[in-house]
Amino acid sequence: MYATTYAKAKDVADAVSQLKGADEGKLLAGGQTLIPTLKQRLASSDCLIDLSDAGLSGISDEGGSIRIGAMTRHVEVETSEMVKKAIPALAALASGIGDRQVRNCGTIGGSVANNDPSACYPSALLALGATVHTDRRDIAAGDYFTGMFETALDEDEVITAVSFPKPEAASYVKFPNPASRYAMVGVFVAKTSSGVAVAVTGAGQDGVFRHGGLEAALNSSFSAESIDSVAVDDSVLMSDMHASADYRAHLITQMTKRAVAAC
Amino acid sequence: MALVKMTVNGQAVEYDVPDNTLLVSFIRETLELTGTHVGCDTSQCGACVVHVDGQSVKACTMLAAQAAGSEITTIEGIANGDELHPMQKAFHENHGLQCGYCTPGMVMSAIELVEKNKGLTEQQIREGLEGNICRCTGYHNIVKSVQAAAQEMGG
Ligand SMILES: Cc1cc2nc3c(=O)[nH]c(=O)nc-3n(C[C@H](O)[C@H](O)[C@H](O)COP(=O)(O)OP(=O)(O)OC[C@H]3O[C@@H](n4cnc5c(N)ncnc54)[C@H](O)[C@@H]3O)c2cc1C
Ligand code: FES
Ligand code: FES
Repeated sequence: MYATTYAKAKDVADAVSQLKGADEGKLLAGGQTLIPTLKQRLASSDCLIDLSDAGLSGISDEGGSIRIGAMTRHVEVETSEMVKKAIPALAALASGIGDRQVRNCGTIGGSVANNDPSACYPSALLALGATVHTDRRDIAAGDYFTGMFETALDEDEVITAVSFPKPEAASYVKFPNPASRYAMVGVFVAKTSSGVAVAVTGAGQDGVFRHGGLEAALNSSFSAESIDSVAVDDSVLMSDMHASADYRAHLITQMTKRAVAAC
Repeated sequence: MALVKMTVNGQAVEYDVPDNTLLVSFIRETLELTGTHVGCDTSQCGACVVHVDGQSVKACTMLAAQAAGSEITTIEGIANGDELHPMQKAFHENHGLQCGYCTPGMVMSAIELVEKNKGLTEQQIREGLEGNICRCTGYHNIVKSVQAAAQEMGG
């Protein structure tokens, strides 16, 4: 790792001002993405700003939605009685991220800020129509994810929380990469008052996306069979050493069927 | 430089180290507790697992400065004098290791798993050890060891 400095932010305003004051400042949340990339010198930073004391942790029930603070760790979402009751699919998603050690440290804010094309949470935000709260504004999930590892966040913007509207039913099914546990394909299906949403992670060349064809089929008949008639276009999907685009297209159909069956 | 104060295996320690020092380097190089291993640079193998305030954590994926003020337990801190921890004893008796490289991390990860979950099934033990890679044993005897230790530990 290149030399760097480390400091704790005492609150969100302090984190923003430390970011503004540094050349290449980086927020440090659970470190489960940032530290491996720093160690391998894939990233560098002159100043790491630790958010652990900035008061961003915790889960609350806001009536129509569940609000999860940015520094809330995956293990807390996995085991939260509130989340398990209101959006069990979200608790199940958290329980399948990486391994226990990753879940003991990794946070929802870090995952959403990073927008890894194979990460699990982005699919839940998109399918449930979540809102990303930052130090300066609220961003609808549909406007937030702008490409692979790209988001609508400004350089010095800090995520403070994510709010998830409670769905009528939802389910997340992933086909994990057997080595890393990241999603080779993950599909989040949500039934809400405004219809069915299907968000796909792990597969898109531009990161997480909603699939209009699958949504239309499920809106007309919410059953695994109704998906049989839907063609998944593989020309917009990733091909890499883990899976070809064609195979990913097949996995999208299969994971969607399993998610619908589990809804 | 960061002044890092913490409790490691019940003993207070205090050292000035560069800010970018990983917890695993602090444990192995500064404290010379070399039971905690490093098996990868991708945060995937789990050879470096220690407990930070009772939670299992990959020490290669945390800065020493982040762990300042915490209680750390490493593989050196679990036996009671000459008496092995039930998890160590179970690995010994069930041939849960071959080369032993992954073992400290396996043992630390398994202790937290058993302490926090009662009545673990074989499948849950396998899932609970997803963060620990072993290139020797094929895992069967590791799972047997954890099952035996869970009985002993009242799980
Ligand atoms: C072995 C392994 C397996 C994994 N498997 C999975 C998996 O199956 N599914 C999955 O989804 N993820 C997986 N992950 C990633 C894991 O979920 C990470 O925890 C997560 O992607 C990043 O969260 P973090 O809290 O660790 O963030 P960090 O690593 O600390 O930060 C990540 C990035 O986000 C920025 N950031 C952090 N917090 C904020 C904030 N509040 N506001 C603005 N920017 C912020 C940081 O500056 C940094 O650029 C895995 C990781 C590992 C090491
Ligand atoms: S050394 Fe491999 S996970 Fe820490
Ligand atoms: S015993 Fe050799 S790596 Fe596990």
